[in-house]
Amino acid sequence: MPPNFDGIDRAAINGKLPRPERTVQVLIIGAGSAGTAAAIREAKLGAEVLLVDENPVSASLMGLDTPLYFGGRMTTAVQRQERMIEQIFASNPALEEALELGVDVALATYAWGAFVNGSGLAAMPQPVVGLANEERAWLVGFDKLILATGARDIPMAFPGWDQPGVMGAGGFAALVDRYNAFAGQRVVVLGSGELGLKTASLARAKGLEVVAIVEALPQAQAMVGSDLADIPLLTGQVIHSAQGGLNGVERISVGPVGGPISDLACDTVVISIGMAPAIELLNAAGGGLTLDSQRGGHVPILIGEGATTLPNVFVTGDCGGLGTAQDSQSYQMAWMRALLGIGDGQVIVCQCEEVTRSDLLGVQPPNYLQRPEKLAGRDVHTLLADGPINQDQIKRLTRACMGACQARRCREQVALTLACATQSAPIPLAGFRAPVRPLPLKVLADWDEAAAMTAGWDVWFGIPSQWVPYVDIGTEREAAQMVTFSEDPA
Amino acid sequence: MTGRGASVVIVGGGVTGLSSAWWLARAGCDVLVLDKGIVGWEASGRNGGGASHYHSPLYAEEQRLWPLMDDLLGYPTEYRRERVIVAMSPAQLASYHKMAANFNALGYAADHIDSRQALELAPLVSPQNLGGIHVKFGGHANPQRTVQAYAWAIQDLGGKIIQNCAVTGFQTQGGKVVSVDTAQGTFGCDAVVVAAGPQSAMLLEKLGISLPLAAARAEMIVTEPAPLMAIGGVDGNGLYGRQTLRGNLAYGGGPHEWLEVSATGPAARPTTPLMRNLAKRVAELLPSAAHLRVIRSWAGIVENTPDGRPVIERFTSPSNLTAATMSGVGFGLSPASGHAIADLVLQGQCSFTDLTKLGLARFADLPSDWREQRGWVAISPKGS
Repeated sequence: MPPNFDGIDRAAINGKLPRPERTVQVLIIGAGSAGTAAAIREAKLGAEVLLVDENPVSASLMGLDTPLYFGGRMTTAVQRQERMIEQIFASNPALEEALELGVDVALATYAWGAFVNGSGLAAMPQPVVGLANEERAWLVGFDKLILATGARDIPMAFPGWDQPGVMGAGGFAALVDRYNAFAGQRVVVLGSGELGLKTASLARAKGLEVVAIVEALPQAQAMVGSDLADIPLLTGQVIHSAQGGLNGVERISVGPVGGPISDLACDTVVISIGMAPAIELLNAAGGGLTLDSQRGGHVPILIGEGATTLPNVFVTGDCGGLGTAQDSQSYQMAWMRALLGIGDGQVIVCQCEEVTRSDLLGVQPPNYLQRPEKLAGRDVHTLLADGPINQDQIKRLTRACMGACQARRCREQVALTLACATQSAPIPLAGFRAPVRPLPLKVLADWDEAAAMTAGWDVWFGIPSQWVPYVDIGTEREAAQMVTFSEDPA
Repeated sequence: MTGRGASVVIVGGGVTGLSSAWWLARAGCDVLVLDKGIVGWEASGRNGGGASHYHSPLYAEEQRLWPLMDDLLGYPTEYRRERVIVAMSPAQLASYHKMAANFNALGYAADHIDSRQALELAPLVSPQNLGGIHVKFGGHANPQRTVQAYAWAIQDLGGKIIQNCAVTGFQTQGGKVVSVDTAQGTFGCDAVVVAAGPQSAMLLEKLGISLPLAAARAEMIVTEPAPLMAIGGVDGNGLYGRQTLRGNLAYGGGPHEWLEVSATGPAARPTTPLMRNLAKRVAELLPSAAHLRVIRSWAGIVENTPDGRPVIERFTSPSNLTAATMSGVGFGLSPASGHAIADLVLQGQCSFTDLTKLGLARFADLPSDWREQRGWVAISPKGS
């Protein structure tokens, strides 16, 4: 009794994904200096340009350290969107020029996914980027996509890092420069490379006190300018702990790894050891990446001037690679090695999921599960015996990097910790997946779903014979048990 | 037989192959699992985690084993009993009632519940729900943790697992497979199990066996944690999925995309804007959680036979070959499927249930264009 097949699988995705609300010639994600310059350039060439930027991001996302590691050191000003928008224009005058050239500027708009047909995907009616604000999500098509998403912070754990006042160089720069909403006064900078010194200079320029620059290596990693000459530069030292109260950091202890330690009064620790090109959208869309220490870590494979391996998708600015004289991976590894000498196994590595160093390296399950005796015999070294370390596999077992911040606080440092502990070559990138910004269900939802999607929705594959009880197969009861568009749980 | 190898070589470290190896190792057999990547890495570790499959001849064994699995494996699977399936439309309700009838016919209690009872059992569900069913057994587990538990349990019993070791072919002699070829060399065997998911078809082809399979991508989403419901196995509204013990809501459903299979692919990336349609249905079903953020989406590549039913068979030629595909419904049934496959390897037949309707012979007259007939073909790329 085979069903009459007509060559059409009504439960397949064919024709169900919607076209975008709108399609633009040039879509640019990120209205920092590189993205704005690209918008001006494209507009002058006569293109219709949509320039999208997530700033000002909502205060709640800032609290999740998204997109940068803000470390809870923002003033309440970040809750007033109008003021924040004024700040964004004030801090980037080129935006006005872009507007005057007819560029459509969408601020406070998140880009949460990019979807392009390619290997493993042919169902997209056209290339799109998923956008959202606080109310809803939508898709925008493009002829040309330019990613100018900048760089992300790379936090590193030490005792007490999981409290307000510990932040990243990117988060710090955004709060003092772009937002003028930094809630600290006395800053300690970790790292003396270009990033660390830039952070110290910025703090100085904004009238903040720079208490010290701490460097794990024996000497400064970049030329210290005269403007910073009077700041204590503590080389061969690391942070041993941050202590504080309800409002976060009040003082820190620093010293060589083996001690002795001394205390510094401060309210903010800016981790300025490295940043990572923000490749989330490109990775989630299937674009090619390569690990290039001279370009700041995992960066797009470029097959032409800014051209990625995806057709009509380009990168510009820091997300395409950080120009640095430093071997970024070696420097970050050196810091991580030093910090692993501080504190015990109870130091939290993943804040969202409360995964400690010892749980990470022991490949132990979260605390809400029992830990049977046999688990004591398993750790990262027994996994290594099975094959190269894979961060995504360890994530599944420990939950490190599984939290609501989407691993912004721990992705790189987990990789560095695993690499240090196993003396492995660089750990392969733990993949990014859409939505690359954490969006509420009700915002992400397609409330205006296409009729074809609704009509063709099945809980599983919509194969009529699949759920026929075994005893009924081959009997007269079989026909009645055939279910099209069943709602059975798979 | 070369110096390396094992009594039984299992090709494919997905959940079915792992469970088979575990059952064989429990029976004292020397086993070797070969996987092209990492154990449980594909759809075996990326699925809804459901364990309530009334349609399967393995159902009773599935139900018997799941409550024992943590103890038997020695590692946590996060198995939890019971399911609540909630309807948001009359058609869904009718479908769930039919499901309950099938459960009850097998002697497993699945009660009809009204809207109020659904809310009591699953506080996050919509007050507008139309009721549904309460399945008193079945349940769900964590696929990622479970696949690793199988792998570790195999090793604890002395079995070997070699990852990143794709099988490229077989050597046969006297009507038997005598060794398995890989990029890392040849492994001798007395018996072989092929449970390689989408890749099973091309591997069996090398042994002159035609297993009709088509592969497709199925997608899921996961939110940040919600307050824990007493029963995590809550789904319905066209979704499958669960609340994890951490509280995350993980749900899938909806359309699949047929894809072409290669020796190593297709990759289960990227996902698509289908995540928006999943988000809509989760928000409808669980409106008290609609403010929760979606933090990930993921996909699995799922293979299907033409009728959507498994193939589990001990072959006569080669006579020491057993092969299995669970046709997209493998995770929950894995404790039982591994038991059945181990029986086939060791005794030639399953000791606890009838599997004769799952033989490959049923496809003997399948036309060569069966995929085209069903529309189970990959979308051709634009411009080609």
